[in-house]
Amino acid sequence: MMDAFTKLTGIAAPMPMANVDTDKIIPARFLKTIKRTGLGVHLFDTLRYDAEGRERPDFVLNREPYRKAEILIAHENFGCGSSREHAPWALLDFGIRCVIAPDFADIFHTNTFKNGILPIKLSREICDQLMEDAKLGENARITVDLAEQVVVRPNGERIPFEIDPFRKHLLLNGLDDIGQTLQHAPAIDAYEASQRADKSWMPGISV
Amino acid sequence: MAGSKVRTLFDKVWDAHVVERLPDGTCVLYIDRHLVHEVTSPQAFEGLRLAGRTVRRPDATIAVADHNIPTMGRAQGILEDDSRIQVETLERNVAEFGVPYFPILSPQQGIVHIIGPEQGISLPGTTIVCGDSHTSTHGALGALAFGIGTSEVEHVLATQTLLQRPAKNMLVRVDGDLPVGVTAKDIVLAIIGKIGTAGGTGHVIEFGGSAIRALDMAGRMTVCNMSIEAGARAGMIAPDETTFAYVTGRPYAPKGAALDKALAWWRSLPSDEGAVYDKTVVLDAAEIMPMVTWGTNPEAVVAINGVVPDPLAEADEGRRVQLTRMVEYMGLTVGQKMTDLPIDVVFIGSCTNGRIEDIRAAATIARGRKVAPGVRAMIVPGSGIVRDLAEAEGIDKVLIEAGFEWREPGCSMCLGMNPDKLTPGQRCASTSNRNFEGRQGPGGRTHLVSPAMAAAAAIAGHLVDPREYA
Repeated sequence: MMDAFTKLTGIAAPMPMANVDTDKIIPARFLKTIKRTGLGVHLFDTLRYDAEGRERPDFVLNREPYRKAEILIAHENFGCGSSREHAPWALLDFGIRCVIAPDFADIFHTNTFKNGILPIKLSREICDQLMEDAKLGENARITVDLAEQVVVRPNGERIPFEIDPFRKHLLLNGLDDIGQTLQHAPAIDAYEASQRADKSWMPGISV
Repeated sequence: MAGSKVRTLFDKVWDAHVVERLPDGTCVLYIDRHLVHEVTSPQAFEGLRLAGRTVRRPDATIAVADHNIPTMGRAQGILEDDSRIQVETLERNVAEFGVPYFPILSPQQGIVHIIGPEQGISLPGTTIVCGDSHTSTHGALGALAFGIGTSEVEHVLATQTLLQRPAKNMLVRVDGDLPVGVTAKDIVLAIIGKIGTAGGTGHVIEFGGSAIRALDMAGRMTVCNMSIEAGARAGMIAPDETTFAYVTGRPYAPKGAALDKALAWWRSLPSDEGAVYDKTVVLDAAEIMPMVTWGTNPEAVVAINGVVPDPLAEADEGRRVQLTRMVEYMGLTVGQKMTDLPIDVVFIGSCTNGRIEDIRAAATIARGRKVAPGVRAMIVPGSGIVRDLAEAEGIDKVLIEAGFEWREPGCSMCLGMNPDKLTPGQRCASTSNRNFEGRQGPGGRTHLVSPAMAAAAAIAGHLVDPREYA
């Protein structure tokens, strides 16, 4: 179900804001869907559109070439707030496959991986350099190489980044977590049967 | 840390749920309780269906609709199409997959984080997850409880486990006694003000100290509820006699010999003497005032006798820009006294403050008084059981008499997914948990407060120290 992430060269949108919360990424009123797709149009809704629904011309994703951005550069604590996976779904539906920031809120960080989006943590100083690169637009494509674990700036400078090896493996191969976990089904069976995990005191739920 | 002899509460609950530790340190973690609601589950059930998978443990799962259901006239059905479709989808999914469900007209229906503890489904020492960040609430019982995304909801439905790495341990200790009239909500807002919205990132916060120990379960749930607003993966409070008294006798809690067995394990859970934390923060309870947020994230908070701060006093340029934007969005002027801010709407409810204790606190202030002219004040009980209890105690009448709306249970104006929304520019004193831009409705302005302050603000017509209405 998830697309693999290997190497991406694309336009990066600069978003020099800290604490971009998930309500900003997609307000709650757009969560009333039973699908994962089609949310890109609501991405950053209040920043992107005015009260009449017209595009705000000064918002980065409303400007060329950033309408085609595949990478987003932001500041600290990106994705804080709610657990809504609609946030990465909206990013993905818009076309964003990679977010680079000094750090991410935990739940959002996990949710991005599940959807083939690569979150990269780099220092504020480097994010600011990439932000300046991104401001150059079309002529300043940034490359993200997951296998090599490098971000390549338009000037050719290679910036290494860290990533959890297990998550890297899943992303590179587009593997479904559930499939991975089901390989441990005998261990789950054994846990449920074990003395250590004795939950006989815990009633089952039925209504 | 995990594996060593001296362990924290978090370490103990974690260790007891590790099914398998993979070579790189990732753990297959067993989940005891899975709470499901209408907004973050449809795609998860669809995923199961597409892959031909089933729900591994329906008897460890409970579903309820809370986020987008109306809080008035529910018996007439849900008028908004998209909300109705989500609820109908949940009802179809629970029927198809055999998941226990509290229907929307049953008294057990309510906000998922209110009903878990209320029903005794949330228990000490268990792992609890839900596709909602405020799952941290259940940590008040000494459970490891955290919010997950929809892919992980599907993962838990299919496998009853999650792939996780252990969090770091953080201790937030609140020592001493709270001043009279200062509440659990003020404690947690003060904590977030001190450590910031990312202060807990990567950590599970254990709340301790005499001021936490002195809180009742409702207060402890309020504190743990907002751990996520400090960025923490979860918040936890060691179970004690207050916890055991709360749990005992609840519908899904263990009874008799099973309870004795559970109690033996629960009593072993508090952090060991000398347990090591990666981070420790200490607050003096005596210094905590009734708190109110002024800006658009929960760390933008001041004491009620405070003023709107000056963004230009910030050294960091990014923060200056952010705070300036907050002042503008919130329609404030620098130096303005918080108590001078007039209020249009008061919202008392949510998973943070929708329990019976919160409604009693509001009623105590509202008794014999009237909501100020022009203020819309609404009370949304956290569950049908809370609503029934309040009605049995007669406090619904006290509140209605004072001019409050008495509504049906749900998430309501905490996040404006149902018809309960702010209109642009409206200023709201809210007992909920997030004051993000547009959270309660596009253009709405949210001030997070305790139930006591919310009720007092409804009477005064402006933000006010609730102790003036004691």
